[in-house]
Amino acid sequence: MNTPLLKVDNLRIALAGDGVTYNAVENVSFEIGRGEAFGLVGESGCGKSITALAVMGLLRRPLSLGGGRIVLDGQEIQDAPAAEMRRLRGKRIAMIFQEPMTALNPLSPVGKQIAEMFVLHEGANWRDAMDRAEEALRQVRVPSPERRIRDYPHQLSGGMRQRVMIAIALACGPDLLVADEPTTALDVTVQAEIIDLMAELCAAKGTAVLMISHDLGLVANMCKRVAVMYAGRIVESQVADAIFATPSHPYTQGLIDSLPRLGERARRGRQRLTEISGVVPSIQAYPSGCRFNPRCPAVTDVCRSSAPDITALPADGLVRCHHHG
Amino acid sequence: MLLVLGRRLANVVPTMLAVVALVFLLFSVLPGSFISGMNEDGRSTIDPAVMERMRKEMGLDDPLLERFAKYVGHTAMGDLGTSFRTREPVTKMLSTRIWPSLKLVLAAMTFAILVGVTLGFLAALRPGSWIDTASMVGAISGLSLSQFWFGLMLMYLFALKLQWLPSFGYGDGGLRHIILPAVALGVGPMALLARTTRAAVLDVLNADFVRTARSKGMSERRVVEWHVLRNALVLVITIVGLQFGSLMGQAVVVEKLFAWPGVGSLMVDSVFQRDMPTVQGCILMIVLFFLAINTLVDLAYVVIDPRIRYR
Repeated sequence: MNTPLLKVDNLRIALAGDGVTYNAVENVSFEIGRGEAFGLVGESGCGKSITALAVMGLLRRPLSLGGGRIVLDGQEIQDAPAAEMRRLRGKRIAMIFQEPMTALNPLSPVGKQIAEMFVLHEGANWRDAMDRAEEALRQVRVPSPERRIRDYPHQLSGGMRQRVMIAIALACGPDLLVADEPTTALDVTVQAEIIDLMAELCAAKGTAVLMISHDLGLVANMCKRVAVMYAGRIVESQVADAIFATPSHPYTQGLIDSLPRLGERARRGRQRLTEISGVVPSIQAYPSGCRFNPRCPAVTDVCRSSAPDITALPADGLVRCHHHG
Repeated sequence: MLLVLGRRLANVVPTMLAVVALVFLLFSVLPGSFISGMNEDGRSTIDPAVMERMRKEMGLDDPLLERFAKYVGHTAMGDLGTSFRTREPVTKMLSTRIWPSLKLVLAAMTFAILVGVTLGFLAALRPGSWIDTASMVGAISGLSLSQFWFGLMLMYLFALKLQWLPSFGYGDGGLRHIILPAVALGVGPMALLARTTRAAVLDVLNADFVRTARSKGMSERRVVEWHVLRNALVLVITIVGLQFGSLMGQAVVVEKLFAWPGVGSLMVDSVFQRDMPTVQGCILMIVLFFLAINTLVDLAYVVIDPRIRYR
C-alpha cells in the first residue's frame, strides 16, 4: 500500500478540567487513502467530532492535542505553525458541519461566503470569485444560482444551506473532506440527496472523505471502511460490509441491533426497538477496564479490571475486546 | 424600510399622549402650585384676591380633564402654552435650549461609543489579558460612579488643579466647554457599552459560523473583519440606542451641575417653581428625542441585518 493521504496515529485529545486533565480521546489511529471514504461512527459524546476538529487543527480550549501524530500526505501537521495550518485548511482539508442553520454567517450573502475561498486561497479578486461562486453553486445543484448567490442564509432551506456548505468545502478542490454529521439536522429525504451529492462530487474530484456520523447505516453506505468509536477509543474497525456481516465488538453488535428495519413491525408485531441500555459515560468518569463494560451484555470480570488490547481481524480490521482473540 | 418607519411613527402619537397624561396626573396630585409656591418661599405675600385672579388666568381652577383636553389640543397645533414664570411661550424657551442639549448628548454619546466600543472589542479579542482586566474594572467603576460626584471630580482636576478646561458654562459653545460635561454624562453609557460589546463579541466568536470561517483557513484577523464585526454590531446597536435615547433625560443632573443651558436644566428650574407648562414642554422634548432615536435604531437594524428586511 502506498502512503495514505491521512494517517492519524495514536491520537490523544486532552480536556483541561479544574486542575485535572482528562483524555477525551486516546489511542485513536486510522488511515484514509487517496479518494477513499472512511466512516467514524459512535454515539454523541464518544469523541468523533473532536477527532475531526483535531485533524482540522481547530481544537480550542479547554480541548487540546495531548499527543499522537496527524500526517497529511507524508507531512506531520500536528505541530504545524498556525500560518501553515491556515494554508492547509480550506485548500487541502475542508470541513462540513452539522448545523447548516448556524454554520453560515447570517449577515453575509451565501455567494460571498463561497467566494471567500477563492479570495483566500487563490488570490482571486472579488468579482472573479463571485463568478466562480455562482459556478460552485451550480455544481451542488442549487437552482438558479445566479440569483441565489445574493441570497442570505435565512432565505434558503436547510438542504440548500448544506449544499452551500458543500460548495464552500469543495471550492478549492481539497484532498480531504471532513464531514461532521452533515445530514443529521436534515429531513430524511433530503439526507439521501445530500449524501449522494457529496459522494458524487468527491468521487469526481478524487476527494477523500472522513465521514462522521452516529448513523451506522448511512456511513456503511457511503464508506469503504468504518471505525466505531466508544468513549474516546476506537473499539472496532472493519470494511463496511464486514461490519454488518460479522460485527465483532458487543457495542457494534448493539448499534446494528438497534437500527430500525422497514417491515419489521409487520412481520413480528409491535415491539419495542432494541437498544443499548445505559448512556455513554462522561469524560470525567470513564469506567476502568473496558469502557463499555457497564453496558455490555457479555461482560465478565476481566472486562472490569483491565483494558482490552487490539485484536487483528481479517482485511486490516481490528477489535478491542477481551472476548476476541 | 418605509414599513418599519411607518409602523414606528404610528407609535409616537399614543406614546406622547400617555406621557402628557402621566405628567398631568403627577402635577395634579403634587401639593402646592406655582402661586402658592410664590407665597411659601417668602418672596412676597400676595393678596388672596390677586391670587384668585391669577389662578383663573392660568386656568388652574378648571377641572383636570378640561385642562388636559385643552393642553392636548394646543400641543397638537404646536402651541405648548406660556410659561408661568417668564410669561414667554414655552416653544420659544425650548428652541433656545434644544441645541445645547443635543450638542451635549451627541458629544457624550460620541465619547461613549468611541471609548466603550473600542475597549469592549479589545477586551473580547484578548480575554484575560491586562487590557481586558483593566477595561472591565474601568467599566464597573464607570457604571457605579454617580454623575454628580464624577462631574465634580472632573471639574476639580481639569478646571481647578490643571486649569486645562473651563469649569462650567456654555461659553461660546465650543469644544473646550463641552468636554467636561460630555465626559461626565458619557461615562455611564461608555461603561455599559464596553461591557456589552465585550460580551457580544465573545458571543459571536463562539458562534458556529465563526468556526466555519476558521475552517476555511482565514487568519483570526480576517475572521473578525469579515464575520465577527457586523454580527457583534447588531447586539451593540441595541444598547447604543437605549442609552442614546435616555441620555437627554439623564442630562438633567449634568446640565445643572455644569450650568449648561439645556432642556434638562430648564426643567429642573421649572420643577422647583411649579412652572407646569415649561416642565411639560421639557418632558415632551425628552420623550420625543427618545422616540426619534429609537426609530433611527430600528432603521439601522434594517440596514445591517437582512433577516429583518424581509420579515
